[in-house]
Amino acid sequence: MNSTFLNDALVYLAAAIVFVPIAKRIGMGSVLGYLIGGIIIGPFFLGFVGGEGKDVMHFAEFGVVLMLFLIGLELEPSHFWRMRHLILGTGTLQIGLTTLLLLALFLILGFSWPAALACGLALSMSSTAIVLQTLREKGLSQTQSGKSSFAVLLFQDISVIPILAALPLLAFSPVQPGSGEHATFLEGLPGWAQTLALLGAVALVIAAGRFFIVPFLRFVARLRLQELFTASALFIVIATASIMTLVGLSPALGTFLAGVVLANSEYRHELESDIAPFKGILLGLFFISVGTSINFNLILGDPLKIMALVCGVIIVKFLVLALTGRLARLSFDQNLLFSVSLAQVGEFAFVLFSFISQLGILSVEWTDTMMGVTALSMTATPLLLLINERVLLPRFGTREKVETTADEIDLHYPVIIAGFGGFGSTVGRFLRANGVQATILDNDSDRVELLRKMGFKVFYGDATRIDILKSAGADQARILVAAIGTPDINADLMQKARNLFPHLTIMARAEHTTEACDLLDRGINDIYRETLDTSVRLGVDALVKLGFRRYSALRSGQNFIRYDEAALCRLAPHRHDESDYIYSVREEIENQEQLLTSDREINPAMNDHAWDSDILRDEFQNRG
Amino acid sequence: MNRILILFAHPRFEKSRVNRALLAAIRDNPAVTFNDLYELYPDFNIDVEREKALLTAHRVLVWQHPFYMYSAPALLKQWIDLVLEHGWAHGRGGDALKGKLVFNALTSGGTRKEYAAGGYNRFTIGEFLLPFNQTAARCGMIYLPPFTVQGTYLLTAADLEYHALRYCTLLDRLSQGDFDVESLQTFSFLNDWLDSETGVPQS
Repeated sequence: MNSTFLNDALVYLAAAIVFVPIAKRIGMGSVLGYLIGGIIIGPFFLGFVGGEGKDVMHFAEFGVVLMLFLIGLELEPSHFWRMRHLILGTGTLQIGLTTLLLLALFLILGFSWPAALACGLALSMSSTAIVLQTLREKGLSQTQSGKSSFAVLLFQDISVIPILAALPLLAFSPVQPGSGEHATFLEGLPGWAQTLALLGAVALVIAAGRFFIVPFLRFVARLRLQELFTASALFIVIATASIMTLVGLSPALGTFLAGVVLANSEYRHELESDIAPFKGILLGLFFISVGTSINFNLILGDPLKIMALVCGVIIVKFLVLALTGRLARLSFDQNLLFSVSLAQVGEFAFVLFSFISQLGILSVEWTDTMMGVTALSMTATPLLLLINERVLLPRFGTREKVETTADEIDLHYPVIIAGFGGFGSTVGRFLRANGVQATILDNDSDRVELLRKMGFKVFYGDATRIDILKSAGADQARILVAAIGTPDINADLMQKARNLFPHLTIMARAEHTTEACDLLDRGINDIYRETLDTSVRLGVDALVKLGFRRYSALRSGQNFIRYDEAALCRLAPHRHDESDYIYSVREEIENQEQLLTSDREINPAMNDHAWDSDILRDEFQNRG
Repeated sequence: MNRILILFAHPRFEKSRVNRALLAAIRDNPAVTFNDLYELYPDFNIDVEREKALLTAHRVLVWQHPFYMYSAPALLKQWIDLVLEHGWAHGRGGDALKGKLVFNALTSGGTRKEYAAGGYNRFTIGEFLLPFNQTAARCGMIYLPPFTVQGTYLLTAADLEYHALRYCTLLDRLSQGDFDVESLQTFSFLNDWLDSETGVPQS
């Protein structure tokens, strides 16, 4: 291991560790963090890494390969089938129309038509990483726009494969052997032969997956050696990739297919969790190296051209998406969110552009420009979303609150429910059934519309925004039910509410024990774990089905809940004794372990001595 | 000072004007602990250890409840079954409650006249309360006659005030030890004892 390798690894990892948290902090997502990290350490700023960025990129492209394998794995045919109309409809429309419009745009700019088509295809991709993460962080995954976004992104991810396969057809000149690449069998063959070879290789991968890989995995799994399974998973991916490289085809395509073939096998989840960490770190590396390879001289040389391109691409993508959303019958708000969040160019464009450049379809200069455009459009996403959220939606979409007429004195309900999904809505319905009105805060515009029609008082927007809390009457209300499905947002809300409205009683939904412990640390006492009461109720019913008397089972359940809540309060302060936890999964397991250990002391009938006649029988016999 | 523990069992307290009046009258008595069973244990899941600790800390116990179908609401029976444990309250080594005073303070829709042989309810209140009486005896406690507010549907605001005042007086005297157990037990109702001492006629 030479010192250059160590130095490089040090610089790359440091860039990730420094910039990803900063990017996440300001709401830009990890992909941008990696990109910015790469730009900063690259030759145009600090210059820690120089020309070898390209080499690292080749290495890191393997992260993309792993990602495609995982995408293939997740492509469960039944799931895909259920969403087929949405995926095919919105997906083809989005990619097709975007490509067509961009093709026209670039033809006007004087591109050759293969170059224009290739650019159009590459730029029609959106960023799966950014969008899915943003949706999840904002708790919008389950909304209509969230589902449509998922469908479009899935279709794009799948289409990368045929696009990669078809790109060689666009190359007039034979493939230039890239620096450091092996010569391949197919070199020099015309485009149609390459395509034919591809089909043959595809058939080979599918057959191998069916008849060889699954029995092989079964054999490895029987050995019960975790690291051997991980090694086998990596082996499958690397083997597929190298076979593909050998015949001169995209390794990404091969592994994607291998993934799809294995999606139905019983080892799907194990493969997924074994590969995921490698994918994460290599993909990070890939984005960093993309960052280092962005040619800033080019961008700074003609900033107007770049800005015009970025704006043009984003506008075209936005308009096509808006049309797509319209046809998918999204409501106005949902459509706006959908169109804005998918309007950037995605990480797959980097892959496609580097392939396009290798094929000689596009000049190096234009490839660099396009990479710059892609990176800039990704950087713009958080900004666009912010504009959408603060400027566009409040003005044109569902209003944050319904204006009250002058004679209607502002009613302040005693309860505020933040988050009206499955959990919050049950609370709200129950309160309403008892004549208690609640003010609702929710960020799903479709649901907000519905609730308003039903006569609920609903505020639309981010419940953690102080102005929204204020206008929802947090000053006067007595109880805040924090029922948002995303734990981080929920915790943020409670923190703010406690600081700004100390009179409010906060009643918190918690997903599991770890979250409940965190809330206890923050001084929230009314905590309702989703995983407690319902689970115990199921357990009680299970006892009944096994022949326990119903009341005994019920009593046992009541005692268990009481015991468990007491145990939680005991547990919470001790968690920090050893060290600050970083890995919440491990913490959850440790909590479980503690609980399970002390469960042995539990006596389900601990309060029911008086009903137990065993002691009495004894005494009566003595008396007689 | 004798500390008094009110073991209150009413599943619809918010609708009971008599019990509200009675309890409002004794709220300020520092000797009184108010233990609202239906509020504490809506799921009938009684915290036995807590209850036992409370019992230990008090000298006089009051089972205060409406008279539903000639007895107390279900939670009070649950409380008696679970808290008065064998080996603690009675049975071998069970003398934790020995010598404490206990009585029922109850409200009934029927009047005292209706609770008599030949009356609508055929038996007296004292007869209906025999299980409580014997439970107390079993635990070595001294069972006192009940304090009752009867014919509750017909009570005027003035009547309510009167009964509340009597209840207040009763608990004051019990807490101050201003009574003689033997003479108390000669009466059928603690109300009558109060009347005999002050000479106020039964309303």
